[in-house]
Amino acid sequence: MTTIPADLRAAVSPGTETALGRRSRGDVAFRALLTLAALSIPVLLGFLVWELWTGSALARARFGMDFVTSSAWDPVAEQFGALPLVFGTVVSSLLALLIAVPLSLGVAIYLTEFAPRAVRQPIATMIGLLAAIPSVVYGLWGIFVLIPFLRSTIFPALKSGLGFLPLFQGPIYGPSMLAAAIILAIMVMPYIMSVSREVLEAVPSGQREAALGMGATRWEAVRTAVLPYARSGIFGAIVLGLGRALGETMAVTMLIGNRHEIAASLFAPGYTMAAAIANEFAEAAGNLHLSALTYVAFTLFVVTVVVNAGARLLIWRVARGSGAGSRAL
Amino acid sequence: MNRTQARRVKSQVMTGAVMACVVLAVLPLVLILGTLIVRGASSLSVDFFTKMPVPAGETGGGVLNAIVGTLLMVGTASLIGVPLGIGAGIYAAEYPGSRLTWVVRFVADVLNGTPSIVVGVFAWTWIVASQKHFSGFAGAAALAILMVPMVMRTTEEMIKLVPHSLREAALALGYSRWRTTLQVVLMTGLPGIVTGTLLAIARVAGETAPLLFTALGSQYLVTRLAEPMSALPLTVFGYATGPYEEWHRYAWAAALVLILLVFVLNIAARAMAGRARAANG
Repeated sequence: MTTIPADLRAAVSPGTETALGRRSRGDVAFRALLTLAALSIPVLLGFLVWELWTGSALARARFGMDFVTSSAWDPVAEQFGALPLVFGTVVSSLLALLIAVPLSLGVAIYLTEFAPRAVRQPIATMIGLLAAIPSVVYGLWGIFVLIPFLRSTIFPALKSGLGFLPLFQGPIYGPSMLAAAIILAIMVMPYIMSVSREVLEAVPSGQREAALGMGATRWEAVRTAVLPYARSGIFGAIVLGLGRALGETMAVTMLIGNRHEIAASLFAPGYTMAAAIANEFAEAAGNLHLSALTYVAFTLFVVTVVVNAGARLLIWRVARGSGAGSRAL
Repeated sequence: MNRTQARRVKSQVMTGAVMACVVLAVLPLVLILGTLIVRGASSLSVDFFTKMPVPAGETGGGVLNAIVGTLLMVGTASLIGVPLGIGAGIYAAEYPGSRLTWVVRFVADVLNGTPSIVVGVFAWTWIVASQKHFSGFAGAAALAILMVPMVMRTTEEMIKLVPHSLREAALALGYSRWRTTLQVVLMTGLPGIVTGTLLAIARVAGETAPLLFTALGSQYLVTRLAEPMSALPLTVFGYATGPYEEWHRYAWAAALVLILLVFVLNIAARAMAGRARAANG
């Protein structure tokens, strides 16, 4: 191979020698700048973990693991136990999934398997808009529209129909575990729907064609060929929805009633980890109270990280490389 | 009815069931937007945008302080968050083999799933606790932290979509790597990146939780980021949970303004996405 004269090099690429394998100063500086931007993300996360860890040190030293098994929450007596918060967070989120999962799967199945091409995008966009509505607006609507409706119509009906269950007994206030779960269900639905839709779309069309070719009806093709193939991805979408529900703050704060109690009835008020932080942090009574709330935040953070990591692993197994689930919306 | 017919009927029943799901899923959107427009529009006036809040019991007044606060904080958050996010996104797309890329991608996904209230606690311990006062800047920082991973992930995906031949053509013409990346690759992916950025801005504009104990809220017209500041979502929350009928009307009107802001950003984003698709054929 002949070497290219230096002056020709300069002519081809003024000021740089990239084409010949060596780095120009501009490239080095550019890469350094990008590396700084990229580094900022792990540095931020490290800083976040560190701040939450040191911020909760006081409460961890005082209560240790008893923190999540005790129900006492008394800022005046400096007794803090987060069990009702953990209970409320888990119950409201699971209840929300119970409502949202069948609905979102139904929509995702309709959009990928049954819907005429022309209506697919409009419906998906409309449900996507639900994800764009700010949490506090859901809360507002929940307080003034949903709760009055539940209190006057749905709750009495549940009580008279299913009142033999402890779940549907006791006085009806309005703000309650069930009200919070219903609003949460509406809020996580678009996430579960859009990810399961992407997962279903990633199922090879050969799966469907094979089933239909053997004489299956369209529903049988979905049930026997499409859903089993997409199973772990759909499960991932559900877990992703769970991650959203666990950390959702404003709407829940406005609807759940905010009481540090564990009640069997879904009509009773409850509390969640996120809601407790939102309500009490700015007016915390002292250092231990602040530290306890930071401990709650730390716990919530760890739980959502575990849940989200699990979800991404599941989605990644089905829709490998399609980027499903990692978009902002 | 023979078996084949039964199976066909079942298939039709299930089709009907999933269509019913669509109706049930779209219903909340219609109901929420409907109530917002009906209850919010009746309380909207020019004063609402140009006047300050009045004490409880008096009528009139507006939410000028909250609108200014939201614009200032979201603007500041974008100034910090967007360049960082785009830079990190370019890094991840341009150096896919690097170990840092793997770490950044994973951490961005973790941050994307982190509840915004947790980010609020972080901003409090980091900025508010060390400065010993609430400030609009602390709120903006919390919003910026939420934006970075969102912007980073879309930037990365959009840059990956740029055909490799474009990059090769630029390099073959003698462009240096950084000019290739900035002037050819980034410019080609730009509509998609703008879409992602606008969606991220829309997301954080509606955030309340990270502002509760960072920006805190304020009765006054504040334009200095070093002071506590109001924001539209904080106003909605404060008025909605307050005891007065008049406040509730303000809450609906402020929510309507907030949702208009968010939807305008969303529509602009989707329009950009449409242009991006048209440009890529």
